[in-house]
Amino acid sequence: FHPLFMLQVENVKLLDRYTNRKAANGTLYLTATHLIYVDASAEVRKETWILHHHIATVEKLPLTTAGYPLLIHCKNFHVAHFVIGQERDCHEVYTSLLKLSQPVKPEELYAFSYNPKMSKENREIGWKLIDLKVDYQRMGIPNDYWEITDVNKDYEVCNTYPPEIVVPRAANKAVVIGSSRFRSRGRIPVLSYLYKENNAAICRCSQPLSGFSARCLEDEQMLQAIREANPGSPFMYVVDTRPKLNAMANRAAGKGYENEDNYDNIRFKFIGIENIHVMRNSLQKLLEVCETKSPSMSDFLTGLENSGWLRHIKAVMDAGVFLAKAVKDEKASVLVHCSDGWDRTAQVCSLASLLLDPFYRTFKGFMVLIEKEWIAMGHKFSHRCGHLDGDPKEVSPVFTQFVECVWQLMQQFPCTFEFNERFLLEIHDHVFSCQFGNFLGTCHKEREDLKIFEKTHSLWPFLLQKKQELRNPLYRGFTAYKELQPNTLPFSFQFWCGMYNRFDKGMHPKQCVLDHLLSCMSQKLKLEDNASELENVSP
Amino acid sequence: TDEWRLSCINKEFSVCPSYPPVVIVPKSVDDEALRKVAMFRHGSRFPVLSYYHKKNGMVMMRSSQPLTGTNGRRCKEDEKLINATLRPGKRGYIIDTRSLNVAQQARAKGGGFEQEAHYPQWRRIHKCIERFNILQESLIKLVEACNDQSHNMDRWLSKLEASNWLTHIKEILTAACLAAQCIDREGASVLVHGTEGTDSTLQVTSLAQIILDPGCRTIRGFESLVVREWLQAGHPFQQRCAQSAYSNSKQKWEAPVFLLFLDCVWQILRQFPCSFEFNEQFLIMLFEHAYASQFGTFLGNNENERSKLKLPQKTMSLWSWVNRSEELSKFQNPLFEANSLVIWPSVAPQSLQLWEGVFLRWNRPSKFLDEAHEEMINIIKYNKELQAKVNALRRQLAEMETDDRMQENL
Repeated sequence: FHPLFMLQVENVKLLDRYTNRKAANGTLYLTATHLIYVDASAEVRKETWILHHHIATVEKLPLTTAGYPLLIHCKNFHVAHFVIGQERDCHEVYTSLLKLSQPVKPEELYAFSYNPKMSKENREIGWKLIDLKVDYQRMGIPNDYWEITDVNKDYEVCNTYPPEIVVPRAANKAVVIGSSRFRSRGRIPVLSYLYKENNAAICRCSQPLSGFSARCLEDEQMLQAIREANPGSPFMYVVDTRPKLNAMANRAAGKGYENEDNYDNIRFKFIGIENIHVMRNSLQKLLEVCETKSPSMSDFLTGLENSGWLRHIKAVMDAGVFLAKAVKDEKASVLVHCSDGWDRTAQVCSLASLLLDPFYRTFKGFMVLIEKEWIAMGHKFSHRCGHLDGDPKEVSPVFTQFVECVWQLMQQFPCTFEFNERFLLEIHDHVFSCQFGNFLGTCHKEREDLKIFEKTHSLWPFLLQKKQELRNPLYRGFTAYKELQPNTLPFSFQFWCGMYNRFDKGMHPKQCVLDHLLSCMSQKLKLEDNASELENVSP
Repeated sequence: TDEWRLSCINKEFSVCPSYPPVVIVPKSVDDEALRKVAMFRHGSRFPVLSYYHKKNGMVMMRSSQPLTGTNGRRCKEDEKLINATLRPGKRGYIIDTRSLNVAQQARAKGGGFEQEAHYPQWRRIHKCIERFNILQESLIKLVEACNDQSHNMDRWLSKLEASNWLTHIKEILTAACLAAQCIDREGASVLVHGTEGTDSTLQVTSLAQIILDPGCRTIRGFESLVVREWLQAGHPFQQRCAQSAYSNSKQKWEAPVFLLFLDCVWQILRQFPCSFEFNEQFLIMLFEHAYASQFGTFLGNNENERSKLKLPQKTMSLWSWVNRSEELSKFQNPLFEANSLVIWPSVAPQSLQLWEGVFLRWNRPSKFLDEAHEEMINIIKYNKELQAKVNALRRQLAEMETDDRMQENL
């Protein structure tokens, strides 16, 4: 790989946040896609790569005796503090980075130029690796109660839903269309997950346009169809993941929530997860704590508390647990929504599926889960992750929170996931990297319009190739655990140093158990080969 | 080495009631001088050798506070004793586990600190570590926080912070790292003391040895460390571990000093999981036995009391039980790989964690964590067996090849 350097600056220092070790001099290179810092002073040449798409902010700090400082914050929480000798160089790097890190048009994104020298066939096979129909089949769908309908094949029902959605067989086209007119953005109730063992279903939608008193017969029929698709339960839950106050406020805008009086046999419940703005601010505060130099224990814990971050993680986890319990223990179906049904709803539905079904804890299953509940169902990755220069108020760590919930589960249940923490971190990196087409845009229709499937590569084959490093050596297999029932008392949640202080190597355990066990696993294979070779030689 | 000698001056516990019968002192200091030094130190705990760092010959000594008082008393024998540990031209460090204020105030009660004028070759560093009821309060608050069943994250974090437990852990580890740095990085000798020299002093000296000496990270080495730096050194277990966090009555001398030490060891173990021969269960076992035990090891406050109570005759030793192979196997760390490194723990708040194995032990099921531990043991064991099998097959093959060659030659 011979990078074309757009810019090269000598005499640049990279400061280490954690230690006060004297920073060595190195060279900074800017390519079309990356910032590369090379420290050739030590015996071992050390390179630091930062993808432009990962850069969230670049700031010029006040002049110091060492030179002109540039502080770069990345979306994967990498913080790089450079000091550049010359003012003119610093300014040039600063303006270049500003431009390179904030593309305006989708076509400027890395995915459209990324070329791993793969054959056309392989690239296409890569996109076909995950087929959602196969997952529905795994749930037993189509069956007597549920069917995959193509009523949305031209996005007439809902332009942020995929062309194929799963609805109750009893809901005919009129019901579907009628309900779509009563739901925010046409996001009608559709199936997320069917628990085969007892026919209870997790469905998802957006808020009803009920205002203070509006009703819609078709929407009521839709919910009835969902409830009756589970004959084992006399009622179904309708869960609004917003705080009650917010939901009530929406009524004034002609939206709101389901009135138990209008819908037969539903039990309505508020779960109270805060909105995207609260979450954005919470993460901001958390990162400030993480970046504090030499905090006391009190500073850290107080900062953690004030950010509210773990409180929100717990709220999401509690919601997932509620759904899983309703389905497994109470055998009742659940319909989940928030406002638009693409943030909190996605978190909660995917988490509940993970708790209920060990398939989603495998490599393939987790990819399916993300493709289904996040990508296909229209989570606005482009806006939430700030892929393009857009409205900063749309940016929010919704997917990050979901990934963290999965990590929290890994801490409580170390043997139940086929993959390890690094798999999560890689996915998280690539949600922001725009190197692959999966997370571009905001919904399936937009991806089709951008011709993602013809012009870009899928992340999943790329990750599967690295399976050996990303696997969990303690995984006990698919059948070892069924449903997970996590403890959600506050002390069960840990601070995820590997994510939020990921690049502060000094803070992490100096000897890595995961590496040790992974090398045991690869050593095991070699030894087994050796043993059988030797056995074959002896007569 | 030849610079040190064993002194039996305390064999009847007549010089220092809380010291063991035999101590290690510089060769150049005779017993008469020691008596004078004992009169100059709180509780007669004169400076003795705690650790000798083979790599560079530097030492760590520990004692109690000097009885300087408001008059600025001095004791030339005390000065000579600790100066004996210095290399020519090199300075030493005195790590005082009290804040400067507290150390200064101690003079009013007859105590104090080593004055620069009399100890010119020593640089004094204050690394405040809390003591007594503050620590006990901390433990009580922490336990109460862990038992709080309300699902309120803010309340949990607030209570955890208010307990200050992890703050104490950070303080103690920082002081130990400092002592270790002085010895290993600065190549200087160190004297550690607080007030009595029976609590924070011992935390610092024993943790510094964990950092510096790989021997202390083996099972036998750690047992020996506990015996030397805690039991023989006169940590008053009887007083400190009389009651724990749930007791209603308030006694003055309880403090979870030893538990804090074990917690600090656990923190280092978590950061260096391959550097310890023992596992977390071993530390938890020691914690339990310090408070209540069918063995006599942790009874009494010092060797003097233990001998008066005739413990070696009347009770069994914990070590004799632990070191039996069927017990020992429970406490072994499958990831252990012996190394000769000095290991430096991180004391950043993000690196320190609540010791769930002790504090959340009864509040959450350990089933899944136990299964993970078992899985890990199996992976490592299987590899060892495979390796042995491969080695055996190779040997077999080599033997057959020599046999074949011999056949050919005949």
